[in-house]
Amino acid sequence: MQLWLIPVLPLAGFVINGLFGRRFSRSVINAIGVGSVLLSFAWVLKTLFGLGDLHATYSEHYFTWIQSGIVNIGCDFAVDRLTAVMLLVVTGIGSLIHVYSIGYMAHEGGYYRFFAYMNLFMFFMLVLVLASNYLLMFVGWEGVGLCSYLLIGFYFTKQFATNAGNKAFIVNRIGDFGFSLAMFYMVVNFKSLDFSAVFGQAPAASESVLTIIGLLLLVGACGKSAQLPLYVWLPDAMAGPTPVSALIHAATMVTAGVYMTARSWPIYVHAPVAMEAVAVIGTATAFFAATIGLVQNDIKKVFAYSTVSQLGYMFVGVGCGAFSAGIWHLVTHAFFKALLFLGSGSVIHALSGEQDLRNMGGLRKKTPWTFLTMMCAAVAIAGVPPFSGFFSKDAILLAAYHHAPWMYWLGVITAGMTAFYVFRAIFLAFFGEYRGHEHAHESPPVMWIPLAILAVLSLAGGILFKVPEFLTAVFPAAEAPEDNSLMLISVAAGLIGILAAWLVYVARPGMADALAAGLKPLYTALYNKYFVDEIYDATVVKPVVLGSRSVLWKGVDAGLIDGSVNGVGERARNIGAVLRLLQSGNIRSYATWVLFGSVVLIVAMAIASIGAAGGFQ
Amino acid sequence: MLTAVPISWFLTLSAVLFALGVAGFLFRRNVITVFMSIELMLNAVNLSFITFSYHRQEVNGHLYAFFVMVVAAAEAAVGLAIILTIFKNRGTLNIDEIDSMKK
Repeated sequence: MQLWLIPVLPLAGFVINGLFGRRFSRSVINAIGVGSVLLSFAWVLKTLFGLGDLHATYSEHYFTWIQSGIVNIGCDFAVDRLTAVMLLVVTGIGSLIHVYSIGYMAHEGGYYRFFAYMNLFMFFMLVLVLASNYLLMFVGWEGVGLCSYLLIGFYFTKQFATNAGNKAFIVNRIGDFGFSLAMFYMVVNFKSLDFSAVFGQAPAASESVLTIIGLLLLVGACGKSAQLPLYVWLPDAMAGPTPVSALIHAATMVTAGVYMTARSWPIYVHAPVAMEAVAVIGTATAFFAATIGLVQNDIKKVFAYSTVSQLGYMFVGVGCGAFSAGIWHLVTHAFFKALLFLGSGSVIHALSGEQDLRNMGGLRKKTPWTFLTMMCAAVAIAGVPPFSGFFSKDAILLAAYHHAPWMYWLGVITAGMTAFYVFRAIFLAFFGEYRGHEHAHESPPVMWIPLAILAVLSLAGGILFKVPEFLTAVFPAAEAPEDNSLMLISVAAGLIGILAAWLVYVARPGMADALAAGLKPLYTALYNKYFVDEIYDATVVKPVVLGSRSVLWKGVDAGLIDGSVNGVGERARNIGAVLRLLQSGNIRSYATWVLFGSVVLIVAMAIASIGAAGGFQ
Repeated sequence: MLTAVPISWFLTLSAVLFALGVAGFLFRRNVITVFMSIELMLNAVNLSFITFSYHRQEVNGHLYAFFVMVVAAAEAAVGLAIILTIFKNRGTLNIDEIDSMKK
C-alpha cells in the first residue's frame, strides 16, 4: 500500500521548496507546495479505498530504528479506522488551507518559506497520525511543535511574533516532558512502546502504573492541545499568518493531544483516576476559555479562545468514555473552526490587515461570500440542528450527563457562551455600519472556494459522515442512551446565546458598553484573561530566569566550571613559580642541593643494605 | 709484614678529608679555593679505594684510583680554563658574583 508516500510527498515539497524555492516563480512554488499536499490527499483516498472495510489494523514495517536490550522500536506505520478518520481530516483540510494560502499569502514576503514550513508540518503531522508506536508518534509530536514555532514566528522581524513562537515552543516542551516520562515508564513496565504491545498488556497491569502513565500522557496532551494550565501559548500564536492559525491551531496540531488520548484508551479505561482528570480538565478549560472569549476584541483571539474551549469539549468526550464522540467533535470542529479562521483571514485580507472587531462592521454587503460561509460555521459551532456541530456536541454532552451531571451543566452553559461570542464576532464584523477607514473588497476565488467547501462540510458533515458508527469497531461502547430532554436543553442554550448576541450587538447597540461599564471588575478580569499570563510571568518565568542567570550561569558555569578549568591552569602556574626558584643561578645553592641529595641517597642505600643483611643485631 | 695500622684509621682520615673538602666547597668564596676543595674530595676518595684494596688483597681498588686521578687531572685542566675565561670576562673570582643565570 506504500503508506510511507502519504507523509513523504509533503516532505519532498518541503525539501524542494526549502532548498530551491528562492529561485522559483510563484506558480512553481504553488505547484510543489500545494500539489504535494493534494497528491498526499489523493494517495490517502486511494489507500483507504484499497483497504476496504478496515476491521483489522493494516500495518507496514519499514526498518528497525532502535534495538537496545529488550527494547525494540521500529519505524512502523499502521492504519485502522481511527487513523483513517485522522488522515482524511489532516490531508483534506490541509489541502483546502494550502489552496487558500495561495490567495492569502500572495502579497507577503517569504512565500516559498511559508509553503516549505507548511509542507514540513504536514509531514510531521502525518507521521504522528500514522505511527504505530509511541516513540514515532513523539517524533511527529515534536516535529509539529517545531513547525508551529517556525510558522508562528513567520514574520520574524516582529518582536511579538518571535516571542509568541518561543512561548508556544517552551510551553509545549513542558507537555513533552510529561509525554517523555510516560514513555520511560511504559518501557520499564511494558518493555515496549508499540501500541499493540502496550495495549495488550494494559488490562493486566497494575492500576497505579496505568494511572501514572495516563496522567503523564495527559500532561503532554495539555501542552499540545492547549488545556489548563498549559493553554497560554495558543492565543499568542495568533501572531502567525491566518492559514497557520486555521491549520495548526484549529484543525490538526492541537487535536494531536485528543488523538493521542483517544488512541491510548486501553490505558485510560483501566485507570479511572486519570480518565476523570481528563474529563475534569476538559470541562474546566471549556468553561474558562469561553468566558475569556466573550470580551476579546481581536477577531482571531476570539476564535483562539474558542478553540481552547472546544478542545476542552473533546477532552470531556474522551474523559467520559465517549471516545468516538470526542473524535467526532474533532472532525466537525476541524470543519467549522478552520472555516471561521479562514473567514476571518478573508475579512482581515479585505480590510488590509485590520483585526480589531471595533473597527469593522457592515461587511455583509462588501464581502458576501465570506459572510455567508462564516454564518454557516457560526450556526454549526453554536450547535444548531441539523448541522454538524449539533451532532458531535450533543453526543459529548449526553456522555457527560451520564458520567457526572455537573459536567453536563457546565457544558451547556459553555455552549451558550460559545454561541454568544461567535455570533458577537459575526454581528460586530458583518452587521451595522462600517466603523473603519479601509476600502473593503471580497476575496479572490482561490480564497472563497475553500471557504465554500468547508461551509458545505460544516452544514452537512453531521449527516454525510457517520463517524461514531464508523469508529465503534475501534473504541469500546459508551453507554449513553438518547435523551431528548437533554438534547433540547443544549440546543436551547445555543439559541439563547445567539439571541443574546443579537440583542446586545444588533438590536440595542449601546448595551454592550453599558454592560461592560456596569460589571467593571468582572469585565476587566475577563478582558485581561484573568491575568494568567502575568501570574505565570511572576511565579514561574521570573524565578526561572533569575535562577538561571544568577545560579546556573554566574554560579555554576562561570564560577564552578570555568573556575575549575582555569584553576587547573592557575595551579600549574603556581607550582611552576615555586619550582622556578630552584634555578637560582647561585652556584652555592646548587652545591648545597647536590650535597643534600647525595646524603639522602647514601642514607637510603645504607638502610636498604642493612635491611637486606638482616637488620641491626 | 707491616705492623697493621687498623684500616679504621685510614677510613676516618678519608672521611675527615672528604668532609673538609665539602666544607671548603660550600663555604669558600674564591673559585680556585673551591676547585682545590674538589681535588681534596677526590683524593680522599682515592685514599679510601686504596685502603679497601689493600685490605682485601685485590688490585681493583688501585685501578679505580688511577681512573680517578686521570679524571681529576682532566677536570682540573678544563675547569681552570673556564675560570680563566670567567676572570677575563667578569674580572672577579668571587663565586657569589658569578650569577648572571639568576633572573
